Amino acid sequence: MSPTQWDLPPELCCRPMAFVALTGLDVVYNAVHRAIWDAFCANRRADRVPISFKVLPGDHEYPKCRTKRTSYEWYIPKGILKTGWMNKHLNLVPSLVVLFYELDWDDAQWKEKQSECATKVEIVRTSLQGRNTKVAVVLIQKKTPLPPGEDVVASERAAALCNACDLSGKSLFVLPHTDHLVGYIIRLENAFYEHAQTYYYNEIRRVKSHKEFLNKTTHQLLFVRHQFKTGFFSELKQDTQNALKHYRTAYSLVHELRAHETNMLEIKTLAGFINYKICRLCFQHNTPLDAIAQFRKHIDLCKKKIGSAELAFEHTAWMSKQFQSFGDLFDEAIKLGLTAIQTQNPGFYYQQAACYAQERKQQANQLCSHEPNVSYPTPDPVETASGALDFYGQRAWRQGHQSIDPPDPEKEKQGILALQLKEKDVPHSELIIALLSNAVAQFKKYKCPRMKSHLMVQMGEEYYHAKDYTKALKLLDYVMCDYRTERWWSLLTSILCTALKCSYLMGQVKDYITYSMELVGRASTLREDQKSRIEKNLIRVLMNEVPEAELDCDPGSVKAAQVLWTDRVSLGGSNEFTVEVQDYVPFIQCKAKFLSPSFHVDEPVQLHVYLRADCPHPVRFAKLCVSLSNQEYNQYCLVEEACKGKDILEASSQGNMCLVPGKTRKYCFKFVARTEDVGRKIEITSVDLMLGSENGRCVYLNWRGGGGDAASAQEALQASRSFKRRTRLPEQQVDWDAVSIQSSTMVISRVPRITVQLQHEPPALSNEMYCITVTVQSEEDTVAKDVTLTAGLKPGQDANLTQTTHVTLNSSEVCDDAHPALLTDIAVGDLQPGQKIEKKLYIRCVSTGSRIFLFHVSYAMSTTVEGKDITCRCHKDETVTIETVIPFEVAVKFVSTKFEHLDRVYVDVPFLLMMDILSASPWPVHLVSSELQLASSMAAVDQPQSQVEGVVLQTGECASECFSLKCPPVQNGTSTVAAGQYLISWKRKSVSAETPVVKTTVILPHIIVETIPLYVHAELPSFGRVRESLPVWYHIENRTGVVQDVDISVEPSDAFMFSGLKQVRMRILPGTEQEMVYNFYPLMAGYQNLPLLNINLLRFPNVSSQLLRRFLPTRIFIKPQGRNGDASIEAA
Amino acid sequence: MYVIICMHCFCPQNYPLYIRSVPSQSELKFHYTVHTSLDVVEEKISTVGKAMAEQRELYLGLLYPTEDYKVYGYVTNSKVKFVIVVDSSNTSLRDNEIRSMFRKLHNSFTDVMCNPFYNPGDPIQSKAFDSMVSAMMVQSS
Repeated sequence: MSPTQWDLPPELCCRPMAFVALTGLDVVYNAVHRAIWDAFCANRRADRVPISFKVLPGDHEYPKCRTKRTSYEWYIPKGILKTGWMNKHLNLVPSLVVLFYELDWDDAQWKEKQSECATKVEIVRTSLQGRNTKVAVVLIQKKTPLPPGEDVVASERAAALCNACDLSGKSLFVLPHTDHLVGYIIRLENAFYEHAQTYYYNEIRRVKSHKEFLNKTTHQLLFVRHQFKTGFFSELKQDTQNALKHYRTAYSLVHELRAHETNMLEIKTLAGFINYKICRLCFQHNTPLDAIAQFRKHIDLCKKKIGSAELAFEHTAWMSKQFQSFGDLFDEAIKLGLTAIQTQNPGFYYQQAACYAQERKQQANQLCSHEPNVSYPTPDPVETASGALDFYGQRAWRQGHQSIDPPDPEKEKQGILALQLKEKDVPHSELIIALLSNAVAQFKKYKCPRMKSHLMVQMGEEYYHAKDYTKALKLLDYVMCDYRTERWWSLLTSILCTALKCSYLMGQVKDYITYSMELVGRASTLREDQKSRIEKNLIRVLMNEVPEAELDCDPGSVKAAQVLWTDRVSLGGSNEFTVEVQDYVPFIQCKAKFLSPSFHVDEPVQLHVYLRADCPHPVRFAKLCVSLSNQEYNQYCLVEEACKGKDILEASSQGNMCLVPGKTRKYCFKFVARTEDVGRKIEITSVDLMLGSENGRCVYLNWRGGGGDAASAQEALQASRSFKRRTRLPEQQVDWDAVSIQSSTMVISRVPRITVQLQHEPPALSNEMYCITVTVQSEEDTVAKDVTLTAGLKPGQDANLTQTTHVTLNSSEVCDDAHPALLTDIAVGDLQPGQKIEKKLYIRCVSTGSRIFLFHVSYAMSTTVEGKDITCRCHKDETVTIETVIPFEVAVKFVSTKFEHLDRVYVDVPFLLMMDILSASPWPVHLVSSELQLASSMAAVDQPQSQVEGVVLQTGECASECFSLKCPPVQNGTSTVAAGQYLISWKRKSVSAETPVVKTTVILPHIIVETIPLYVHAELPSFGRVRESLPVWYHIENRTGVVQDVDISVEPSDAFMFSGLKQVRMRILPGTEQEMVYNFYPLMAGYQNLPLLNINLLRFPNVSSQLLRRFLPTRIFIKPQGRNGDASIEAA
Repeated sequence: MYVIICMHCFCPQNYPLYIRSVPSQSELKFHYTVHTSLDVVEEKISTVGKAMAEQRELYLGLLYPTEDYKVYGYVTNSKVKFVIVVDSSNTSLRDNEIRSMFRKLHNSFTDVMCNPFYNPGDPIQSKAFDSMVSAMMVQSS
């Protein structure tokens, strides 16, 4: 028996397909036949009918049909299912034999060919004697056939051929060998398929017909056999629903069989087969839950059917295989589109298969540990004459035997011995590992990381048992960190123990040390005595000696390992190891801390390193060194003592280099930081602890950063949460949990001892030269050298502020864009103790808003630290936020000579420009002067002169001035023109005389200028008097190039009588002026409205009289008649 | 024979706070079983989603069956996980009984947490908790 005895036979696992034999094809030498064969079998796609074709020679001998039994009365079956049966029906007994024959309807030798064909058919029929297999004939023809019915010769000859061959008309086919070969072939095979289905249908009926002859006492086996066969034929017929039904019946029947030790294997084997078929069909029908339920039922039923106790391993092997094949089926179904879930996936079945395989291995170890002198029995009891069994699941030495007791106890014994000896050679570990790795792949897919790790541990352990230590170590090392990060110490310890054994057996020094260190440490759950043993071994290794063997190791491997270790010891060199411990939980813990997060450069940097051992025995180390980011300091952070050979285990309370378990040791280091490192960070890059000695073997434990390992972060967190009162420890002793790591510190400059004061009057006014006085006073005991001042806008603010802020020391000139926003390193010189200096700084802010200004004073000092002279720079920063506001607001207005608001002005008509300067500054503003700079499109009526010169405006006060202007003619009637600009020179009232004045420019608004065709202005006295004649001249000016007709009328008024033209129409020549004289005679005193003058321009109807009226005064003040004013009346 | 094989309370970071199993040589195997069951627990918690978290039932039911054990899970609102492993052959324990066992366990755990001297995250070393678990194990044996 081969080791694959438990594998399911391939004919069981394949998908059964109807078997059709093709004869009469010469596929080797005949190209046409070859092409036909290829069309049948090459590239069969899924949509073609499920047939398996085979080419057989015409005189092929088919398996002989046994003579049919007429009665079952005296028949006792010898087993359930014959081993050859499935194969016979899949590959040997065809459902249809097709004879290919080259014959055209108009063949010259038709008669001869017809009889030759008939002979061939007869040969096939003879060979199939007793079977229901039908024969069909296919005529290969060169010519394309005519449509049916048209070829009379053809139908005649076809009938004749059928007759000669004893064929029904349905079994004769014509295959024209033309272009559409594949199409013809597909039609042919569909016809074959129908024949095949009929054949299998008949077979099923034949098997079923036996049933009535069977009785339940002697023919139990046959019930199972017949149901299985019916199921199988149904599958061949592609009737999977019925197949499933029959298999299910077969399954329940197989468990009804009387089971005893001798036939247990046979029953289980068949149950396994049928179960496989059922599960397979359930998956195929897309009812996976049915498959799972069936499998569970199967396992529950068979779990306890162990059979012979001496061959218990057979049962576990069989169980393992059941799970494995179900896993395979499940996996296959998934590949075809089924979705599995986390809790129901093939992985579980592979895992269970592995589990049984492990059990099998144990049982094999127990049952097959024969004395070496027990030899394999001869003749071989498991060998049969044919080389194979007749029935599935039977014993070779008693085939066909069905009674309860074995026929020959001696033979039985021999057979069992033979099986046991064979089991010994089975590569159990290989099987287990293969199953486990299958399971790992599945669990990886279904998001079960922990299950995956667990199985990998099992794989590693199995590799260890199989003595493949390299692979074992690789797997274990891979998963170890998962358990470490999840803090499952019990599991980690168990894995570490196996890993330690592997590394011992391979003589891997570094791994051995690493695992030992963790196993004696605090994460290990080993007992104290086990830890002690491992620690002693570790110390041996550190002293370059051979460690004691690990417990429970294979003696042969131990011997080999001892040789390896002896070689390692004698071999010099490469005896230095560095273990990066932060990924482990080593037996020595380390915490390093700087005493403060920052140190001034004039004080020494202090660093403490705390060490603590968790192992059972004290440990002595050779060297402790701290590496810092600036390596120059490393020399100050080193503890070293020549390790003296043997005394490594002695616990000397005085020994500086000895760690007593459970006690925290502190090492203090101190150094002076270099002045170049001011402003830089000093970091602990690593802490190294050297164990062993340099001339023997030494191990560096390397902690990255300031110590800590895989477990310490969580411990620190727990400790920080704890309410437990820390017990007061005596001097020199430290509570480990109270120490926290501080792995970096800053070197900062010395504390300055100077004062910086600022004097100024906020807020700043925009554009002014804002003055800030900086006063620096030294409070140092010695002279402060190289005092420099950096002042101005603090960097890092809005970029626009940099452009709109200018700083200077020079008060005499207004600074412009060329000046920087920050003046750096203004040398101030040396400062004697107590001395005070002042600097004035002028700032010009062009835009408003708040700004932060920085005043940075730095100087150098000489001082002594720890007996070392150093020169250090100190600096003091002072910042101030200054708001900038506008000093005043300027409002500009255009008004008419009547102080009416104007939205446009008229050519050559005078108007007024009004300026209002409203102070917004909290400080008084002194207006030095103002100036009007007119654009060319404006002209002053007289010489403009500043009216606000020398005015001082308090907060909220307003200064106004006014200029009379006129616009020269413009082209094309209307246009918008610039008015020019207005310049105000001013400064703060409080500043000194030499401070330059600030010039603020106000751009005057644009105004629309319009040409009018007619201009009217009146000439009249400034007041009138009641009953005194008031002469008024109206000047009407034609400003166009054409003659104008003007209607003029004067409306009557209650307040005046008047003389002059009341209504007139006149013509005014281009460019000339017409004068109208009226004599008004006021009747009432006070402000009186003048009689309205209506002017209508006939040519320019859009120029209304209202518009023109705006140029004329509307009213006049009339004084009352004086007492002695009669004379004047008379005079009038 | 005892039925409850192990009991675990996990703190949210998944390391064991309390493990108790029937004295047996295959203790390690139970530890592995419980550890692997966390895969299912985490998956169940994460699939519930945040919105549902408030009305989520604490009892997770049967996590997964193996040939030998049934593993049940329970997660408190603060993500402390309880796991009970029962022998597969024990059919006397119904779902309801398991549920009430978890509830008892939860109550007892709450009592432990209420102890001002207990530091959350430390292994549980409470006599009351111990005796409650022992009683439960005896009861269901």
